[in-house]
Amino acid sequence: MSGAREAIAQAHSAEWARVVAALTRRFGDLDTAEEAAAEAFATAVARWPVDGVPPNPGAWLTTTANRKAIDRIRRESKRDDKEGEAVLVHDPSPPLGAIDDDRLRLVFTCCHPALAVEARVALTLRMVGGLTVPEIARAFLVQETAMGRRITRAKSKIKAARIPYRVPSTEDLPARVSGVLAVLYLVFNEGYLARGSSPLREDLTAEAIRLTRLVRALLPDDGEVAGLLALMLLIEARRPARVSSSGDLVPLDQQDRRTWDPTLIAEGHGLVRERLASGAPPGRYQLLAAINAVHTSAPTFTTTDWPQVIALYDQVMRVDPSPIVTLNRAIAIAELHGPEPALDAIAPLAPALSHYRPYHATQADLLRRSGRLHESRAAYDKAIALPGNTAETAHLIHRRDQLGQ
Amino acid sequence: MQYLVSVITDSAEPSTPEEMAAISAFNRGLQAQGSWVFAGGLAEPSASTVVDNRGGEPLFTDGPFLESKEFLIGFWVIEAADLDVALGIAAEGSRHCNRKVEVRPFR
Repeated sequence: MSGAREAIAQAHSAEWARVVAALTRRFGDLDTAEEAAAEAFATAVARWPVDGVPPNPGAWLTTTANRKAIDRIRRESKRDDKEGEAVLVHDPSPPLGAIDDDRLRLVFTCCHPALAVEARVALTLRMVGGLTVPEIARAFLVQETAMGRRITRAKSKIKAARIPYRVPSTEDLPARVSGVLAVLYLVFNEGYLARGSSPLREDLTAEAIRLTRLVRALLPDDGEVAGLLALMLLIEARRPARVSSSGDLVPLDQQDRRTWDPTLIAEGHGLVRERLASGAPPGRYQLLAAINAVHTSAPTFTTTDWPQVIALYDQVMRVDPSPIVTLNRAIAIAELHGPEPALDAIAPLAPALSHYRPYHATQADLLRRSGRLHESRAAYDKAIALPGNTAETAHLIHRRDQLGQ
Repeated sequence: MQYLVSVITDSAEPSTPEEMAAISAFNRGLQAQGSWVFAGGLAEPSASTVVDNRGGEPLFTDGPFLESKEFLIGFWVIEAADLDVALGIAAEGSRHCNRKVEVRPFR
């Protein structure tokens, strides 16, 4: 019995995207594919504990889902004869040599730039990740009905506007891959920087990593895909040390490095080394992964190779000159040259980041370290007043109250 | 599959001669590649009249049905295999006429 349950869970994680992708290609419709796949898994839940797990669960699920889809189409074409009028277009010729995988078409369709970003995220988690609508709604603190509507609207637009079911052409590929990675990173950050009361949403970080692994398997030569996977692994590796037993966020300098996950670190470092060895100019995710590799290579906070971190941030600034990158670079400057030059570096960011909590938290910390306690308290107050994660709030209040009078 | 590519602007300034020349060249390209269906430039919204004859007695109202800062000033109807092709054409169209465009599929 429990063997069947386990087999279903495993098949769901391994086969969901494959089944949906294959059905979308065959029937030209995301709705049909999604519902037939869901019905096939529901049938497995009912049958496998009784009949036993089939020798090839993936093939069983695809066959069952195909049959469900055909039943559905027959039912609907009896109702009205319009079946087949709005069929997703796909290029029948195989795309870009080796990467002829329907799952890749599915990923690109769900992350199409003509869809709103929230819709891309929701659709990717539903169609590729196999999360249910209630699960996605919970993860993003949205009403189930609202999330359902968001996904339905996105599917209708794909159909009505004819967003193609296709791997983009070589010239469009880099921009479209970067759109896919932005969606995956957003899912990861939603888990890592969870809003509200739960400090971390492990299910979302895990799902983001799983989907990025899938994209990496489909696009093994893309440096930024490898970079994003490495970045996620190296951040995820530090999760056990990130929240204290009392629920406070623990900053990097106070984390117990023995609790970091050595397996994830080794895998992340391996990917970073692989990208370095390629000699290709690194993009933003590869550089951020490299910075995290420097942090996770240091046995203690004080032995971190700060000049290397700053040099890498300089490179990030060249590809992504955003105030947030400047802010993070300033944190490294403080470690190497002290808080005063770091304060100078972040001063020009005030207008751009006045509503960004980490800006005020960083400023508060730098002021505290340079002995300007009065100003530090005011900055902590500003940071605490801005919305954010509760573990982070607890940490900020704790720090502010340590300032004394 | 046909798409309406609407040209959107917030200024009633007519296109410059350079913009007109660029639009004509773009149109010839559309015709040559078989994407052309129809196109036209419009007078400013103040020249429009709303007609409502749902009640049997036609009612004429001066001005557009919706007052807004941005308005329609021209359009293309194009033939494209899918949205990616349509967006590619629209991006070129926006560049040539030097205005924002909106792409909307026909039903």
